[in-house]
Amino acid sequence: MKRELIKTGLVILVLALGLPKLSESAPLGRRSEMKNGLTLLVAERSTLPMVTVEVLVKAGSLREPREKAGLANLTAELLPLGTASRTALEISEAIEFVGGGLSASGSQDFASLSLTVLKRDLDLGLELLADVLMRPAFREEEIARKMKELQGSIRQKQEDPGTVVREAFASSLFGEHPYGRPVEGTEESLPRITRKDLVAFHQRYFVPNNSILSAAGDVTLEEMQGALEKHLQGWAQEPVAALDVSKVSPPVTQQLVKIDREVTQANIVWGHLGIERKNPDYYALSVMNLILGGGGLTSRLMRSIREEQGWAYDVHSYFSARRLPGAFVVILQTKNETAGPATEEVLRQIRDIREKGVTAEELEEAKGFLTGSFPLRFETNGDVVSFLAAVEFYDLGMDYPERYPEIIRAVTREDILRVARNYLHPNRGILVVLADPAKTKLPPDLLGSAKD
Amino acid sequence: MGGLLLALLAPGSEARGVQVFETTLDNGLKVLLLEEHKAPVVTFHIWYRVGSRNEQFGRTGLAHLLEHMMFKGTEKIGAQEFSQRVRRNGGRDNAFTSQDYTGYFVTIAADRIELPLELEPDRMANLRLDPAEVNRERSVVMEERRMRTEDDPSSALWEEVQAAAFKAHPYGNPVIGWMEDLRQLTLPDIQNFYKTYYAPNNAVVVVVGDFDRATLLPKIQKAFGSILRGPEPPPVRSDEPPQKGERRVVLRRPDARLPSLVAAFHVPNLKDPDCYTLDVLEVILAGGKSARLYRRLVYEKQLALGAGAYYARVSADPDLFSLYATPLPGKTVEELEHALYAEIEQIKNELVSPRELQKAKNQIEASFLFSQDSIFSLARQLASHEIVAGWRSWEAYLPGIRAVTREDIQRVARKYFTQDNRTVGVLIPGDQQPATSGQQSAVSN
Repeated sequence: MKRELIKTGLVILVLALGLPKLSESAPLGRRSEMKNGLTLLVAERSTLPMVTVEVLVKAGSLREPREKAGLANLTAELLPLGTASRTALEISEAIEFVGGGLSASGSQDFASLSLTVLKRDLDLGLELLADVLMRPAFREEEIARKMKELQGSIRQKQEDPGTVVREAFASSLFGEHPYGRPVEGTEESLPRITRKDLVAFHQRYFVPNNSILSAAGDVTLEEMQGALEKHLQGWAQEPVAALDVSKVSPPVTQQLVKIDREVTQANIVWGHLGIERKNPDYYALSVMNLILGGGGLTSRLMRSIREEQGWAYDVHSYFSARRLPGAFVVILQTKNETAGPATEEVLRQIRDIREKGVTAEELEEAKGFLTGSFPLRFETNGDVVSFLAAVEFYDLGMDYPERYPEIIRAVTREDILRVARNYLHPNRGILVVLADPAKTKLPPDLLGSAKD
Repeated sequence: MGGLLLALLAPGSEARGVQVFETTLDNGLKVLLLEEHKAPVVTFHIWYRVGSRNEQFGRTGLAHLLEHMMFKGTEKIGAQEFSQRVRRNGGRDNAFTSQDYTGYFVTIAADRIELPLELEPDRMANLRLDPAEVNRERSVVMEERRMRTEDDPSSALWEEVQAAAFKAHPYGNPVIGWMEDLRQLTLPDIQNFYKTYYAPNNAVVVVVGDFDRATLLPKIQKAFGSILRGPEPPPVRSDEPPQKGERRVVLRRPDARLPSLVAAFHVPNLKDPDCYTLDVLEVILAGGKSARLYRRLVYEKQLALGAGAYYARVSADPDLFSLYATPLPGKTVEELEHALYAEIEQIKNELVSPRELQKAKNQIEASFLFSQDSIFSLARQLASHEIVAGWRSWEAYLPGIRAVTREDIQRVARKYFTQDNRTVGVLIPGDQQPATSGQQSAVSN
């Protein structure tokens, strides 16, 4: 428990650095396809004798049936907890003895497995990675243990007001769509999952042609190809069904969800449906959102709500652009007494950017930041493997790092105005407020006080 | 002003040498430079040797509030212009306050290094402290405290434990400050604090990244050289008296959903050779899923939802070694507390196996190497060690770890992990479950 405070609420350890003069340097990584259909991406970076590997499998909660909520995440989390030939403890002991790490997690769009090892232990690391990926045992006692742990965490996270409002928002917006529920499932849905479900889910989706493997560090593409041919032997291609998820019907009026709790600070989320990652307006929206509420201390929302009013420590907005359209949200925390005026100010700012767009100066500053800081996003091996996997997952192309600055520079003030009008809906959002009802007054005309 | 060049050898890599250049300017400003040319980027840090440790009772939170005020402009530049200019140039900036230090950084393309060199000396010497801005920022920090502590039961528990463990030393106060103190801090408090602690002789500049030392050093001298040395800041005189019996604090919170437990022991910091053994102990207890606390309490006995350990080694004065755990629903804090102490007793009674010791050392060496993948992390390690004990304590770290024996582990556990030296905090969820999702109401209009 590090007792240290960070000023803007950004996690500073995610900070990363990289290659600003990208057009002049070698591409970030090399891509190839294995015979079994696995996509392989490798960034050779020999500064330190270490290698980081990430396997991304398109087996997120988008693939699970609603009544088995939590199945995808549980499948992923159980991978390192035992294989046909190794127990959970043998796996953790083997990787930890060499100072490495091997972990698995689930998310809505995909499952991921991560490995970090010293270069000299790469073979051992890949052997373990391949074993848990291909031959998980899903032993009953491990399932029961993990289930109890997840149920405990589900209960514990309810004490975090931020989690409670985000989950209430997602559920109101997405309803029965997988984006509407927590990836770990619920205390009710977990017991409905059986070993048979887990085995079947693994068989159906954890196949090479549904996976991306990226590696970065002191290793070459050829070395990785050789090692994987050895360790992934027997991992065969299987047809994977097309994604079948119902569409979300966004609300046509403003909605309010109130959650009463004795807190000193109101937790507020306002937002509505946003875009998918492949939407061509993604880039104009990135610039627009940076100016509105994504740019730390210098964004409009921070300036007005924190710097001018002193109402909040943090207020920010983002488009969660994923495989399928995600949400656009504004998140803030302010003492109960200022919940009303702070929310009004958020909506005022959104209406303002829709009506007037942004200034030339704001646009230049935002472009300067997005293009100049782009390389800072992939300094470490960990950053690079996630970046490469995302480039492949969203089909951005290996030349994406070179194209990115041009795409951003091409965004105009007219583009910003157009996307603000098309994608921001100040009169059709969902407002979730967790606050102390005795101290909080939301003005009755808060919602829908202007024409959309 | 004589420079010193020292080479460090990274673990697992016979080829790679880490060269830290150290010098002190005439005005007392310490400078540490580490060239790292893997990417055309630099991270520029300036850390002041001041944190909540330097605060007086009744004025807690001052160091952190001043950190916020450092972004409010100077005689030359306006409020937020610092961050704005950094961002326009594609850089990132931020700051942090701890018990021992206040650190500011800019990470930016190598060819923009002039920017922090223009901005940082300016705010070291010419900060504008406007009363209206102070009041607004005070409100912002109070919101920060509500978010981090007031409405978060587990951080509130840590605050209680720290406060109970320290009676005389300011480590008992939270870095963010007590709410009542925050309300009462005055403009003159902040002005005096700034005048006392923000001087070149109380700061250290650390730059890591793609630069040439011979070119950069004169620029640093030019940028900071004209700022006058200040009077030596007063030393922190408090010494925590030895604890003579267990202290227990109970925190009852209606918003907590599960109970939890912290047991903290007074231990030495990196200035004592026992620090290496304590670090190894932390890893033996809590370094992963094969480590003792997870394996025994979470996995085998299924008593805990989670369990861990934290040792505050890099601190200016001796701090705490803490164990923490949350019972699995259905299990009690009492059962878990007994099981936790049983693990400690076992360490005292039986030597750890040679393999277990080797595993912990391997984990520490590998993490030390992995952390060098980030220039930001390198700068942070150098600066934090420099502030509390001189940066060479960073260089001494791995040799110290390698020398730890099984007998050291047993001796150190017996010496510090005693009942009399223990402060225990228990979080109890309130009996009355307050209204939550049950009271949702949807309104359309």
